[in-house]
Formats: sequence, C-alpha cells, structure tokens
Amino acid sequence: MKPPPFAYTAPRTVDAALEALAEPGAKVLAGGQSLIPLLNMRLAAPARLVDINGVAGLGALEATAAGVRAGALVRHAAAGRSEGAARVQPLLRRAVRHVAHPAVRNRGTVVGSLAHADPAAELPAVLAVLGGAVEAASVRGRRTIPAGAFFAGPLEPALAPDELAVSAFFPAAPPRSGSAFAETSRRHGDYALAGVAVTVALGADGTVRSARAGYLGVGATPLVLDLTSVAAEGACAAAFARENVDPDGDVHASADYRRHLAGVLTDRALREATAEALAEARLDGPGARDGDGGGGGAA
Amino acid sequence: MSTRMFGEPIARREDPRLLTGQGRFLDDLGRGALAAAFVRSPHAHARVTGIDVADALDVDGLVAIYTWDDLPGRVAEPLPLLIPHPALTHGRTGYALARDVVRHVGEPVAMVVAADRYLAEDAAERVRVGYEPLPAVVGIENAERARDLVHPDVPGNVGAVLLQENGDAPAAIADAPHVLEFRLSIERSASTPLEGRGVYARWDADDGSLRVYSSTQASTSVRAAIAAKLDLPPGKVEVVAPDVGGGFGVKIVHPWPEEVLVPWAARLLGREVKWAEDRREHFVASAHERGQLHDVRVGFDGAGRVLGLDVRILHDHGAYTPYGIIIPIVTSTQLLGPYRIGAYRAEVRSLYTNTLIVTPYRGAGRPQGVFCMERTMDRIAAHLGLDRADVRAANLIQPDEFPYDQGLTFQDGRPLVYDSGDYPELLRRVRDLIGWDAFEGERRAAAARGRRIGIGLGCYVEGTGVGPYEGGHVEIDSAGRVHVSTGLTSQGQGHQTAFAQIAAAELGVPIESVRVTTGDTRRFGYAVGTFASRAAVMSGNAIALACRKVRAKALRIAAEALEADPRDLDVTDGVVHVRGDRSAAVPLATVAVLSNPLRYAFDAQTAAATQFATGRPPSEPPVAPGDEPGLEGRDYYSPVRSTFAAGAHAAIVETDPDTAEIRILRYAVVHDCGRLVNPRIVEGQIHGGVAQGVAGALYERMAYDASGQLLNASFMDFLMPYATEVPAVEIDHLETPSPLNPLGIKGAGEAGVIPVSAVIASAVEDAEGIGIDAMPLSPDALFHLRRTSAAWSAAGTGAGTGAGAEAGSAAGAGAGRRREDDDAGGVARGAGDLNPASPPDPSRGGEPRPGQPGIVPEGEL
Amino acid sequence: MTEETFEIVLTVNGVHRAARAPARRLLSDLLRHDLGLTGTHVGCEHGVCGCCTVLLDGEPVRSCLMFAVTASGRAVTTVEGLAGPDGRMSPVQQAFQDCHGLQCGFCTPGFLCTITAFLRDTPRPTDEEILEAVSGNLCRCTGYQNILRSVRRASDLMEES
Repeated sequence: MKPPPFAYTAPRTVDAALEALAEPGAKVLAGGQSLIPLLNMRLAAPARLVDINGVAGLGALEATAAGVRAGALVRHAAAGRSEGAARVQPLLRRAVRHVAHPAVRNRGTVVGSLAHADPAAELPAVLAVLGGAVEAASVRGRRTIPAGAFFAGPLEPALAPDELAVSAFFPAAPPRSGSAFAETSRRHGDYALAGVAVTVALGADGTVRSARAGYLGVGATPLVLDLTSVAAEGACAAAFARENVDPDGDVHASADYRRHLAGVLTDRALREATAEALAEARLDGPGARDGDGGGGGAA
Repeated sequence: MSTRMFGEPIARREDPRLLTGQGRFLDDLGRGALAAAFVRSPHAHARVTGIDVADALDVDGLVAIYTWDDLPGRVAEPLPLLIPHPALTHGRTGYALARDVVRHVGEPVAMVVAADRYLAEDAAERVRVGYEPLPAVVGIENAERARDLVHPDVPGNVGAVLLQENGDAPAAIADAPHVLEFRLSIERSASTPLEGRGVYARWDADDGSLRVYSSTQASTSVRAAIAAKLDLPPGKVEVVAPDVGGGFGVKIVHPWPEEVLVPWAARLLGREVKWAEDRREHFVASAHERGQLHDVRVGFDGAGRVLGLDVRILHDHGAYTPYGIIIPIVTSTQLLGPYRIGAYRAEVRSLYTNTLIVTPYRGAGRPQGVFCMERTMDRIAAHLGLDRADVRAANLIQPDEFPYDQGLTFQDGRPLVYDSGDYPELLRRVRDLIGWDAFEGERRAAAARGRRIGIGLGCYVEGTGVGPYEGGHVEIDSAGRVHVSTGLTSQGQGHQTAFAQIAAAELGVPIESVRVTTGDTRRFGYAVGTFASRAAVMSGNAIALACRKVRAKALRIAAEALEADPRDLDVTDGVVHVRGDRSAAVPLATVAVLSNPLRYAFDAQTAAATQFATGRPPSEPPVAPGDEPGLEGRDYYSPVRSTFAAGAHAAIVETDPDTAEIRILRYAVVHDCGRLVNPRIVEGQIHGGVAQGVAGALYERMAYDASGQLLNASFMDFLMPYATEVPAVEIDHLETPSPLNPLGIKGAGEAGVIPVSAVIASAVEDAEGIGIDAMPLSPDALFHLRRTSAAWSAAGTGAGTGAGAEAGSAAGAGAGRRREDDDAGGVARGAGDLNPASPPDPSRGGEPRPGQPGIVPEGEL
Repeated sequence: MTEETFEIVLTVNGVHRAARAPARRLLSDLLRHDLGLTGTHVGCEHGVCGCCTVLLDGEPVRSCLMFAVTASGRAVTTVEGLAGPDGRMSPVQQAFQDCHGLQCGFCTPGFLCTITAFLRDTPRPTDEEILEAVSGNLCRCTGYQNILRSVRRASDLMEES
C-alpha cells in the first residue's frame, strides 16, 4: 500500500497554486486525510499533486456577524476549537466532533472535506443545511458556488479540474435559533450510517419560522429537507424524513435501516434544536440576537 | 523474595524496550534489503491464461519477477498439509504461486522483487495476468449445494466428514420429554494482529546458510519447512521470530507462500529480500476463522437436563486446508463445555469455498461450539420457563467427578478427559459478580426510565496446553546470569517475564539475572509453537524441569566446594548456601565456573577452574562419566493429554429502543486457569480476549459478495473496536491446579474470547425478547429482527416503547426468564417442542427418565 | 523512468535530519526506512489504526497520511524522543509499564505519542476525555482497559513530579 509516483509542486502563493493547477492532471493536496488513503491503496493516480500546505493566506478562520469563513488550510481541529466560530455558528463545532479522530482532525481541513464531497461526511451536510457556499479560484477567475450547487454527486464537487476551493462560508445562526447534530455510526469516529444536522429558527412570537435538516449517509449528495411545516404543525418529523430520504445499503447497513435511522435522528435533532431555539428566544427576549452573534448553545 | 516470584503480578520485563521504540519487529529489520510485492488474484475462481510482464520491466529498480513457471523442484510443489487427519479425505493445499487456477481473491500469482516496496508495487501493478473466470462458490449453503466445485476432484466440495459420538444421541432425543431443533450461525472473522505477516531472508553464500526472520508463531517448524522446500540441511537454516506484533492464531500457519518464496529468492539473487505484508494483503491473503452453521437437535427433561444432543456442523474452511480440520474438531469437542450431556453426536462437514483459507483464530473453533451449547441452554430455559443459570447448574459436571471423560477424541488425538475444575463454583461466582439475582430490579428501574437492558451468561471449558511437547534450556554463566531459552515464540504474552518468574523461583535467583529467549532456532531447535493457550503450560513446565536439573547440578558442585551434603543446601538470591547458615555459601557464578573444568582462563574469576587450580582428585577424570561441562540443563515437557481451563462470563447490555444500537454496560469474567504465574499478565490476556469476543459478537465479520470479493477489506470497513466500543471487564479468579503438570498451571490465552458471542446473544435476547441465532449482531440486524420477530408484535410492543422488557420482566419469577409462554414467545425459534406428547414441565425438578445415560440423579444436585 | 527526489529537512526528536526522497515517500516510511527510527510502526497505511501516530510540531498526526516532503521544515517527535535526556522513561511510558498498558507493543508508540500530547493539553482529564483522546488508536491485544488506566496513572505521575 504505497502511493504511485506523481509529480509534485509546493507553491507558496495562491496564484502559483492556480498556475500549477492549470496543468492537466493536477490535483490539490491539502490535509490529505481522504486523498492519501486513496493514493496508498492506488485507487487514485493523479499526474501531479499541488501541495497547498505552504501557501500563504489560506489558514484564516474568520467569525463575523455574517458567518464563519474557513480558508482552505483551516484544520478540523482548529475549526472545532474556535470559540468565535462556535458562537457565530454552533453547528460547525458540533459536527466537527464527529469527524474521524483527533489525529485526523489535526491534519484534515474543513474545505478539503467539502471538496471531497463524500455524502457520508459531516461537513457537506452542515454546509448544505446552512445554505453556505464555497469560494473557488482558478487562473480564469473567482466564483462563489452555493452549497446547493456544490455537491454534484458522490465524491463529485462542482469544481473544475483547475479550480482551487480557497474558502468555505458557513452563515451565522440567526436570532432565536437553535441547531443540533445527530448521527449513528458503527464505531465512534466512523463515517455515519446516517446523520442529520438540523437548524430551527423561531419568529418573534415563538413559532417556528424555519426548520431545516441536512442529511449525510442517506443519499448520493447531502440532502436538505425543509421541516418548517412539519415542525410548525407538530407532525411526525421521523415519518417525514423516512418518506423523503433515499439511502443505499452497503456492508454496514441496509437501506431500510438507514431510512429508519434518518427518521429517529431527525426526530431527536429537531427536538434538541427546537429546545435550544426556545431557550435562545427566552434569553434574548423579544429582541433579535445582537449583531456579534452572542448567545448560541454551548456545544 | 525470589522464591515468591511465581504468582506475583510483577511488571513486565519486555516493556522498557517496547515503550522506548527499541522493539525489533520484522519490518524494523533489514534496512536496505530488496522488497518483495505480490501480484494477487482479483478473482475468486479463475483459470490463469497468461502472464505478461513486459510493461513491468521498465520500472526503475526492478530486480526480478517470478511466476510458477520459474519455481524449481519442491518450491513448485503444493504447500504442505500441516495436520493430516483420517477424516480429511480430500485435503488440498495451494501452490506458493498459482499454477493454473486461482481459488480465492488474494492468491499469489507472481512475485516482484525491487529496490524498495514502492517500486515493487509499481512493477506488480504493471504485470498483466489473463484470467478466465470460473463460477465462484461462496457461503456455506452454496458450498453444500455444490452446484459448482472449488476443486474439480473434490465431490460436493466436502473436504472432510468427521463424526464425534458418545452414546446414542438420536435415540436419547427421541425418548426425551422435550425436544427442540434450531439452526445457529456464526460469521467469519479474523485474528487481525496490528502487525501483518512478514519474512526477511539473508543468504550467506560463503557459508551456504540461510537466516530467515519471520513474524511467525512457529519458528522451528518454519525452519523445517524452508529446509525441506529449499533442499537445505536443517543445520544450514536459522529461523528467528523477532518481536511479533500480535498473532492470535493466524501466524501459526506455515509455511506461507511468502515464507518459501522470499528465502528462495534471497538465495537465488544472493541479496537480502524482505516482504512486509500490508493491511490489504492481510485481509485477502492470510487467513480467517469462525464461519460455521450448526443444526441442533436437543432432548431434555423437565429440569432442563440435556439427555441427548445432536449437532450437524457445517464448517467453511475456505479454498484450501493447510491446517487440516483442527477448528471443527475443536468445535465438536469443546462444544460440550462444563456439562455432562446424556448422549452426544456431532457430524462435521468441512466444505471448500472460493474464499480465503480458514485456520485458527484465538478460540479456534471454541466460540462456535460454546455459542451452540449456550444458546441451547438458553432455549431450554426459555422453553421450560426456568432460570437460565439454574438450567446450566443442572447440567454441570460436579467437582468430585474429575477426571471426567467426555468420551471423545480431542484435537491432540488424545481422549477428551477433563483433569480438574470446579464448575458450580465458577457459575456461583459469576452470578455474584454480575448480580444475577438482583437483576430484575435493575431491569424494572431501567424500564421506568425508558431504557431497555438485558442480562446474559455463558460457560466454557478450554483444552489448553496441547502436546506434543516443548523444551527448555537453562544455562548459568560465569557472571551468574541465567540464560533461559525455549523454542516456542512470543507475540505479546509476556513470556520474557512469566518464564523468568518460573526460572527465578525454581533456581532461587533474582529475576533481574534471568534473560529469556524465545522463538530463535539458534538457541533452541526443538519446539512446536505458540497456539492453543499452550505456552505457559508447555514451555513453563519444560523450563521448570530444566531449572530443576540445573539446580540439582549446582547443588552437587557446590556441595563438593562447601564439603556439605547437597540435601542440606538451598539457593537464595543466586547464592548456594547451607540451609540455615548463610556464611557457608558459594555464588552460582562460582558454581558455574567450577562446573566447567578449564585449561584456559578467560578472566580472573575463571582461573579457579583451570587445571592447576582445582582440587579434584587426580585419579578421576575432570568431567565425570555421564556428566557434562557447564552449568546448564535441558528438559522437555510432554503431557499425556491436555489440561482443561474453564470459566463463566456474564454481561448486562442495553439496547436502544429506537436505533437498535447495542451497548455493553457491564462484563464479568470468572476464570480458572489453575495456578497463576503472573496474575497481571493473565488479566491482560482476559481483557484482550474479551475485546476480541466483543468484536466478534457485535462488530467484525468478513463481508464477501456472491462473486467472492471481500467488500470490507480495510480497517475503515472491518470494524475492529476502538476503546470506545470495548467494555471494562470485571474479573474474579478461581485457582484449581492441574494435576497433570509440575506447576499445576493451565493455559489462559484464549479464555477471554470464547464465550463472548454466546453471552452477548443471551443478554440481547433477554433485553429484547427476540431469539438470537446468528452472530455478529449489528444494529441493522437487530432492527430487522425486531421487524420480523413474531415475539415483537405478539408482545404488543413497538420500537420506542421499551415496554416489552418491562412487561416481560414482571412476568418472570425472581431471576428467572421472564417469558414462560415459550413457543409463542418465539425465543425457541423454529419448530418448538418436537415431542408434543411430552408437554413442557414448568416445575424445576422433573424426574430423570430411567435408562438415559449420563443423567445426574436428582439427589446429587 | 527515474523519479524526481526532494531534499527533506526535519527536526526529529530535537535533532536536525536531512534526507532525499521522492515526493510520494510517506512520512512514516521516511522516519522508519530513511532515518532508521523504526519505533514508529505502520499498521494499516490508511489512517485508521493509529500505530504510526507521531507529533508534528507537537500535535498528533498519522505519519502514514502525510508525505515526508510536506513535513519538511517542521519538527517531528517520535516514540524514540519521548524519554528524558537521561534515558529515563517519560511519565506516560512509565505509566504504561506500571499498568500493563501494552502486550505485543506494536500499537504502543502511537498511543504514547497521542497521550503525551493529550496530557500536555489536558493534565487532569476526566474519564470521558481520556476515552475520546485514545479513541483513534486501535489495539488488538489489551482490550484498552489498562491503556485507560495508564493514562490516569500518567496524569498522576505528572502531577507528582
């Protein structure tokens, strides 16, 4: 299990990286926690790896009133540790804790996980449910790809071969909102058999204004379901989820069981997120959450 | 101090080396050696139509590529069938490199040797092999159906049919008041040590000799096999097992194809060659185990006593049978456990499939047998509405019945006779330890909080310390250091500590002066290997016997020097002295000097032994007739038969009413392996064994698809548990010495793993009220069982209520099974009572029927 | 076809080390085979078992999931570097011996590196934190019970000293 040979470039600037990626057959190496296993198993054989670990300016994690922006070299561990990010968008920390194990989180990057586009991974579901976006750059220019368009298929991000995902943006939690992340995996740290990230936002009157669920492990891409009417009407969220997910079976779980889990987890996460939103609403009183994103549940 | 070394929980002497990165595992050796990689079959069954190496020749650093056509003489012949057996009428083994046909994914087809492993893999990837796929036989049922054959000359895919019989089981069952019939299954799993296999060979052209390092459990036997294959005198082949990163059974198989080919290539090339197996190779090219189906018929009386047991065992042994039929022999004998069974019959059919070979993995057939017997006990209890522990108690062999002859032939070819034990006490203690009798209260309390818990237990007997023999060599040098060697190998069992404890206690020396070498044919050439929980029993006793020889010699020599009677001497802290008088003393170092009459002194101390220094009478030869120079001794331990350890485990599990996840809340072990050499090491063995048992019960399996591809051949998908999945283990020891060996010890290596699947099945069944007949049990499997179980719907419960267990527990009396409406409850799945003329007897004291063999009279219970 | 090689410069256990290797050389292989530091073991080469865990600038990483060339310029600590300058075992190493936290010793270096970093950051951990900290390393021998005990013991030893 040794990687096949490849040409190697370690640019120092984004521009140099983009130049290198413009060559045919080039692939980005960031944290390598998904790519290197594939190389070691010789399931991937890129002609050239563009190692961006030395590129300046990609390591910033910015938490603002609008949301959290993670540069391409922000490791899972850093994203999980950041109090600022947790205040602005608690869901990020909640999901990151489920990503593999500490040593992998020390190398693996948030953006890399998105760009790997594994439908069983946590962060794509989070980006999807939050309606975030990925910023992509190439020698041809820059563009922002909304989450809804980013996950084109399993392991298939909507990135051109010459594009580098330079950052990802996770919108802030709105006032009077709550979130929860729930997944079931065979072993602690494994890819989930099924999982869901739920956000709930309440109106000023305490009624559910928006409830959304982003799923992992139950489809070819992260599936987002709008639970607003289910939550508002007090309908069975589990049943709604079961009817709307379309999982496949594999060696770890049948499609039926995954469907069942999606229901159970939706129910649990929706309750948890709603409770948090209610607590949030009480804390904040009738006014909106203040601009710097204060509040938010402790992860 | 030193005499109390035996039995002390001292820290391990191998640890400082291993903790500081100074271990020497196979791939830590041979820096700069050429690397081997293998082209392996991607097909489960195919004809090899051609091999084209042209593309590979461009790879920089390539040294050689070999196929079967290149192999000379005996290297080209099939690998040996290690353990022939009369019942193995159609034994088949593979070639070192596939000849015409490949019979499992991963079978080696070509070997590449290159400057390093990266380049070797580059070349291997470029070797083009033509295959003509043949139909693959996958799964026990398909093997038995035999629509296709794995070997064209093996009809029905049946390698062996083995019958084990004591009494007339069919007749006993026909006459029994109650009869149940059901099918059980256990899936494949594997040893999966964290270090894979590996071989590193150096050919010394000047000396015409070969040194081979192998990550093996049987270095002497590897040496014999390599010498035979390469046509070398055994004296010209040295095999060393360096530090071995776990074995658990898989490394007992030998010679592996790689173990023949790497030394062969090293000699041919005149270069050092090394192969370190990678994880993917380990999954598809080493060996697996477990994998059996049991069709059980049992007849019993109203007290739950088994009057007759008839089991048809279908064993999947994979594509070849290099290790014979040891596993199903062990299953079919150790199935009986601590019980006296009226009449017993087991018919084993060992079947070929197009999957990896099946050879022993810790437990070696026992987990399957114990699963069968313990599931049977639970079904009897459920059927009769009796407490599961009471049903076991009613069947146990009593302490005054030893030696107890089960009337069968064990894996060593010797009678299955249990030497000693106290099974009722084991059961009593495990009930205490887990709190069996108070569990109904816990269950109710949990149910009140919406939680669903269950309790289960299981008992086993393990034949340990099988022959034929092991040896020990002990030498005390002129510095007083004690060199102990034995031929069997170590894979983490702490032999350097446990054997040193034995030697220190026997010789009366400080343990710090003892150095232990294992698995090195340069030091000890005669050995069998490390398997079947035999190392402590076999080599431990052999070393003790060798120490006793050395001690006697030391006392004799010291007696001369001290002008005393050897019978008045003792050894304390490495000094021989007159008992009760420490002033009349001579250190063992000096005794060692005196034991070797010298012409040439090599230091000041040894001058005392030279020819003008000793005071021996000039009329006698310096070395007396029959004596040998040196303070050393060698002895062997060869038992007439195995010694039998035993234990009882119990567990409390929780099942999630919604997700069907299973969590072990408590796990208790009561264990009897005779006298403990080092309790800390024994407990470590039990912890590790239980972890592997939990792995086999809830996580690990080999997911082959219908075409024979292993779908989970990685640590991502083969779910070896992390710390988060393994429960803490509570342990209690019972020490019933073995009367068979001088130290009174029994083996402990496999104990932890054996009953775990049975125990977890019992506990989940108890929590859920659903019959469990197949392991491992995943949440997905439990989810489907809940859906399909008649019990589930009959009990009027649905997922999420948790009411089933609660209602059930309320219906049970005391610690008894809660469900007394046995067949309707579905716990005894299948046909229910097959002797309808004999209705279930709910009373606990059903009269034994006259004329039944092996029934414990009521008064003895 | 001759592969391009790169100059790789690392500080390993406080010592400046240099080697030339192709870009695909895994950090684990560079440490073991180029630098001769065989204490770091390789159990799966796909990042699951944790045997190859080393400290990169003090943080645990899988050395089988990193190219040596990427690590160039950084500081690596391996199991060989955990003991004190006088060769005395570190509290974590000592605790593993005290608590029988190892059997075959193959996975042990990965645990030792992981736990060393963990206790540096969390000197008095809860049982739950300990479990989480070691949950990315596989051990096939011990059943983990004595490893968890070893972490608690190491924490005590560090507190004492």
